[in-house]
Amino acid sequence: MEIILALGIGVLAGSGVWLLLRPRTFQVIIGLTLLSYAVNLFIFAMGRLRTGTPAILAADRSSDPAHYADPLPQALILTAIVISFATTALFLVVLLAARGLTGTDHVDGAERES
Amino acid sequence: MIGWIDHLPIVPVILPLVTGTGMLLIDERRRGLKATLNLAAIIALTGVGLALLGLADVSPTQGTAQVEVYRLGDWPAPFGIVLVVDRLAALMVVLTSVLAFTSIVFSLARWHRAGAHFHSLFQFLLMGLNGAFLTGDLFSLFVFFEVLLAASYGLMLHGSGTTRVQTGLHYIAINLAASLLFLIGVSLLYAVTGTLNMADLATRIPLVPASDQTLLEAGAAILGVAFLVKAGMWPLSFWLPSAYSVAAPPVAAIFSIMSKVGVYVVLRLSLLLFSEGSASVAPFGQQWLLFGGMATIAFGAIGVLAAQNTARLAGFAVLISSGTVLASIGTGHLNVTASALFYLVSSTFATSAFFLLIELIERGRGPGADMLAVTLEAFGEEDEEELEAVGIATPATLAVLGLSFIGCALVLAGLPPLSGFIAKFALLTALLNAPGNVAAIPPTSWVLLTLLLASGLATLIAMIRAGMRVFWAPLERAVPQVRLVELAPVTALLIACAGLTVQAEPLLQYTQKTVQAVHNPHDYIRSVLSTPKKQSTPTVSGS
Repeated sequence: MEIILALGIGVLAGSGVWLLLRPRTFQVIIGLTLLSYAVNLFIFAMGRLRTGTPAILAADRSSDPAHYADPLPQALILTAIVISFATTALFLVVLLAARGLTGTDHVDGAERES
Repeated sequence: MIGWIDHLPIVPVILPLVTGTGMLLIDERRRGLKATLNLAAIIALTGVGLALLGLADVSPTQGTAQVEVYRLGDWPAPFGIVLVVDRLAALMVVLTSVLAFTSIVFSLARWHRAGAHFHSLFQFLLMGLNGAFLTGDLFSLFVFFEVLLAASYGLMLHGSGTTRVQTGLHYIAINLAASLLFLIGVSLLYAVTGTLNMADLATRIPLVPASDQTLLEAGAAILGVAFLVKAGMWPLSFWLPSAYSVAAPPVAAIFSIMSKVGVYVVLRLSLLLFSEGSASVAPFGQQWLLFGGMATIAFGAIGVLAAQNTARLAGFAVLISSGTVLASIGTGHLNVTASALFYLVSSTFATSAFFLLIELIERGRGPGADMLAVTLEAFGEEDEEELEAVGIATPATLAVLGLSFIGCALVLAGLPPLSGFIAKFALLTALLNAPGNVAAIPPTSWVLLTLLLASGLATLIAMIRAGMRVFWAPLERAVPQVRLVELAPVTALLIACAGLTVQAEPLLQYTQKTVQAVHNPHDYIRSVLSTPKKQSTPTVSGS
């Protein structure tokens, strides 16, 4: 399981960084989104990988913390998702405004002469 | 019940939030009302900031309550989120309020009409800034950072125009990427230590087993990179001059404190997290700060000399100021850091005043004026004509502008008689009088000393050149239409710098005490982690 998760995060982060460095604004935004997925999974992994352990206390389970997953990283991911969602929406608006003002989707607002 | 005074630390976060949200409900056309509300909130914030400063600055003889801890929801520290007021945080809150006040007063003349929701965004920015200064929890620091960044994206685009949108795009992309690094750093620290409370982290980091040490340092380094992007350390700083120079002047003026947020967090965290228990070992990453800061000073100095227009010059001046403080933190000497804090206050005032001043002196001669005219047209200005007529159009304006320009140049370059000189002098003296014997001044100190002097010279040359271009070169220049409300903030900031010069002794003592507390965070950690003394008395049975 660890290797699959690690590979998943790695592929997402790698593609994200590659797209982030591309010259088109749309590629940049997709890159940022992929990177934020990778980071969210990464935070999740930092709470240790466990299967079959809920994060919320249940009456029919023992009160030993070892039987539960760490709820804090999950709460952090929730916050991070909301924030990255909002900022991505904002970025999208700026992207559209830039496209409208400069007439190109190049990140520098002008095509390279070549 | 705990008294009202105990709720004071939360006010700098709540008040801007309430004001900003409330102003969203007010019609965009009632700008006068919004501006009044905004100014009232900022004045109240300044008052609260000064009160917090008073609370934090208790002399040790009067008790050890130098660190005011506010437990949100009254949860004990490692579990709940705490706000912590110590000297450093209080100083930064006051500094922010003063800059906010001058920026808003300046914007009243015309800039607050150049776009929507300026006042609300401004209040949200203040909320994020104050929260970032006050919080004692790593993850809420992230949240406050996002609040201030989100507000700054809106403010960055204030006034619109192609260049702003274009640069705003880069600014947002850079900061989103930096936020992701922030998250990676926070989660790595959490994975290793199992806590996010800063004081709790400080006690747990010495106990981290050697096998996890690398992971811990990787996390701290990634976290540091996120803050240094904000602070503008070379080579993470290429976005800064462009972003600051195209932002609307009142926005740029408040942005000059934003790069200091990064510096503040670096100062706080590097000394808090890596000082406990390992007194002999230099705090982690200090060398990086020293060399990175020196590279930033050099880059800033070259940039200042190469700057094609005055706004970019100011942007690079921000970089020099950041670099100076970062390198001083990197030296790890108490006195150097204390002087650097004084330098931070003085240079923030000066760069802020300079950003405001640039717009005034460039008015009526550059493309900036055209852009402003276009944006005002786009947003449908009804009472513009009437306001223009009120403008002072005497050559006296030019004289005041020129004097203000000279004042800015003196502070930024560090020449007497203004506070920039005292700050630099204190820095150089502290560098030369490092603890230990006099003969053993490390070569890095000499390099830093040379860089400081060289950057001052570079700033001076660049400022003189810019001043000659603006004030002397045009043969028949029109006297810019400047209103008193625009001129007043600039002069007020410069008078504040003059005030710093006169009151340098008390302020230096204050920064000295601040840095002592930051270098020895035992009080901080104990205050945060100790059980609350003021328990809510009616609920004694806490079972």
